[in-house]
Amino acid sequence: MNKVMKLGRRNFLKASAAVGGGLMLGFYIPAGNAAAAKDAEINAWIVIGGDDSVLIRVAHSEMGQGAMTGLAQLVAEELECDWNKVKTEFVDPRLNITRNKVYGGMATVGSRAIRTSHEYVRKAGASARIMLVNAAANRWKVSAADCTVKEGVISHASTGRTLTYGDVAEAAAKIAPPAEVTLKDPATWTIAGQPKMRLDMQEKVNGKAFYAIDVQLDGLLYAAIAQSPVFGGKLKSYDETAIKNAKGVRQIVALPNAVAIVADSYWEAQKAVRALPIAWDNGGNENVSSASIAKFLDEGLAAKDMPVARNDGDVEKALAGAANVISAEYRVPYLSHASMEPMNCTVRFNADGTLDVWAPTQNAEAILGAAARSSGIEPLKINVHLSYSGGGFGRRGGAAPGDYVDQAVAIAKAAGAPVKLVWSREEDLQHDFYRPISSAKMTAALGPDGMPVAWNTRISGHSILSTANPSAIKNNMDQGFLVLFHDNVYDVPNLKVDYAMRNTHVPVGYWRSVNHSQNAYFRECFLDELARAAGQDPYEYRRKLLHKAPKQLAVLEACAKAADWGKPLPTGQFRGIAQIDGYGSYAAAVAEISMNADGTPHVHRIVQAIDPGYAVNPDSIKAQMEGSVAWTLSAALYGEITIKDGRVEQGNFDRYRMLLMNHMPKVETVVVPSGGFWGGIGEPGGPAVVPALINAMLAATGKPQRSLPLIKRSATV
Amino acid sequence: MINLNINGVDHNVDVDGDMPLLWVLRDKVGLTGTKFGCGIAQCGACTVQINGVAMRSCVMPVSAAAGQPITTIEGLSPNGDGKVQAAWVAHQVPQCGYCQSGMIMAVDALLKTTPKPTDSQIDAAITNICRCGTYARVRDAIHDIAKA
Ligand code: FES
Ligand code: FES
Repeated sequence: MNKVMKLGRRNFLKASAAVGGGLMLGFYIPAGNAAAAKDAEINAWIVIGGDDSVLIRVAHSEMGQGAMTGLAQLVAEELECDWNKVKTEFVDPRLNITRNKVYGGMATVGSRAIRTSHEYVRKAGASARIMLVNAAANRWKVSAADCTVKEGVISHASTGRTLTYGDVAEAAAKIAPPAEVTLKDPATWTIAGQPKMRLDMQEKVNGKAFYAIDVQLDGLLYAAIAQSPVFGGKLKSYDETAIKNAKGVRQIVALPNAVAIVADSYWEAQKAVRALPIAWDNGGNENVSSASIAKFLDEGLAAKDMPVARNDGDVEKALAGAANVISAEYRVPYLSHASMEPMNCTVRFNADGTLDVWAPTQNAEAILGAAARSSGIEPLKINVHLSYSGGGFGRRGGAAPGDYVDQAVAIAKAAGAPVKLVWSREEDLQHDFYRPISSAKMTAALGPDGMPVAWNTRISGHSILSTANPSAIKNNMDQGFLVLFHDNVYDVPNLKVDYAMRNTHVPVGYWRSVNHSQNAYFRECFLDELARAAGQDPYEYRRKLLHKAPKQLAVLEACAKAADWGKPLPTGQFRGIAQIDGYGSYAAAVAEISMNADGTPHVHRIVQAIDPGYAVNPDSIKAQMEGSVAWTLSAALYGEITIKDGRVEQGNFDRYRMLLMNHMPKVETVVVPSGGFWGGIGEPGGPAVVPALINAMLAATGKPQRSLPLIKRSATV
Repeated sequence: MINLNINGVDHNVDVDGDMPLLWVLRDKVGLTGTKFGCGIAQCGACTVQINGVAMRSCVMPVSAAAGQPITTIEGLSPNGDGKVQAAWVAHQVPQCGYCQSGMIMAVDALLKTTPKPTDSQIDAAITNICRCGTYARVRDAIHDIAKA
């Protein structure tokens, strides 16, 4: 990684010189590197080396989801280069400023890395290919139409001449890009669409992969932090005499809502911050508890006249006259992201007025913005060093405003030295932007044929939008909070959805699969309750209700087929099924379980199907679907952030449990790309898994499970 | 001064004996392949081998490791292509990769004592947290190594 990044700086220097220059203070050019002289930037995305190497710039974050490889595959496909010569580098967010947003949006959220950028990155590849071929044709004084290209080698068939991309790169860089390019039919792809090995694998097995937390600098100091345990609280005072003899401690830095200790090593900083007596002004939320929040949400479930997101037919009338009415309330708790690399940020103020920043992120531009805002240094003088992110899952983008970056800037400024701030796991779990708590009350009436004729849904919970973008909230409505309900594809003639926004003092944010994570559980499990009341097979029941939703139906059927739905299972084993759409894709899951004696499920196998439109890297898709199973089973089985005295009770993985090897089921994934659209893969996979599991439990026990997690933290397993 | 033998190289470090080995490796010796995940022996991101045995270095005082051969991910194989590492690439195990140093060190240690582990032996020995959820591939890769 480091090598590639250095190459990146070099190219970046040249690039910025070309667009006006002069702004690259603080950068260095490695001296005497002859090969670099021949590197030619064909366009913003592609640099061809004199040695035929192909450097592809990636504007999105790589946090495990495989976007770095997938995006490179799309560029390489159109470029017709030799895949074995491809390297990547992350785009410096300043380039997006100086180059007029040529790299589009860099935020890597909402499973969007590929689905929103595929067109312009493919066009960049195609455009560069044409320029390279034209350069060869010019040199041979032949028509470009008579030249062909394969794996980075351009040929002129009638004379048998060949040139490599490296041979003509410098000339190609001077050619005007074509006005129009035609993109390949995905059916003809040879690099994209293939299960190519990920480009980051080797360095992720030998300890060399570079994460922000790994940065080492001359004179680096380390900071540990204690933030106000009650959300919204402020620092009152601390007693420094308690740590006056602590070894290695350099400085105590008071922040408005936190105290940081700067020391010679992280351990010394962490030890001292734990020993420091701190008094907080709790800000009035110190009496909030999980019980008081539950009451608040329940009151929302019962409230009258809430804003309505969808109202088909006349639900009230249909329910009033119905003979067979079923009603249920479902509840989910707050959840934490708990990415394995804790929040961290390293900041160095340089003598020449520039700033260096290292931070794991899902949005390099947001880090740049946060660093500029908190340091007062103009963005073009801030170098955000990009790295792999040890997970993200929504915590390092979206609603999170770069809290750890703001802190590191303030601490490094106070310390007058470069500082690496690392949050302890406790700080990470207790200062998250949580998956919101939410409750749903659903009431449905079944007609004589057992099919629902009316379905009323009230959701009560903490709107993410109210934190992330409050100005987007109109009339107390957060449409996104009602996803899968306001756009429910099941054909029910009378269908109403309304929302009781119940915001608490607990910060909420985007957590992998976001509102799909709880709404899929609500909708798909309630639907199974209806099927059961109607005495019908839940798969066939869904099929009937999906007759107007062909894509959802197709993926449901593909999943059922792969899972042998309807075929007998060994005694004591049961199946459940569910389907969702989201993030531009369609997904379904079947769970096979048996019940343990203590009432918990043993998950034997999860079969999933996904239709993401196009499958850019089928193996990455499978990996994401497998990972989604672990993610979502952790949540269903154990995931629960609880509040006591205004603060989070869970401090570490001993009380915020994760799925381990022993509970990971077999996972089979069928990828059924139907073409014509581009869907995401990181988030659509999880939401159907939980309801499939719970529905299997319903089949096994006859009892619905209307709140999560299944295993409360008081229980022993 | 505490003397540490890490990946076959001697290092003298000037730290208190109670500093966990993890932070000595990362902040003092500069070997950052070993990761911090929890600090309380719950996640295994910090796993190294001491005398070939997997240990969670975040709770191991450096004094306890003095004088014993310590192996970190950087020293597991000369070219980063040890059998576990090669199987990890073949199965495309890592996602974010952050837990994988610890995962690989734990698996390598398991295979030293149990070259052909059963599923339940794997479950008992490999209790590392992978938040990305690579467990299914970890299991497949282990069985593949065992078959070879
Ligand atoms: S960091 Fe040592 S076990 Fe988690
Ligand atoms: S690969 Fe990301 S935590 Fe394991």
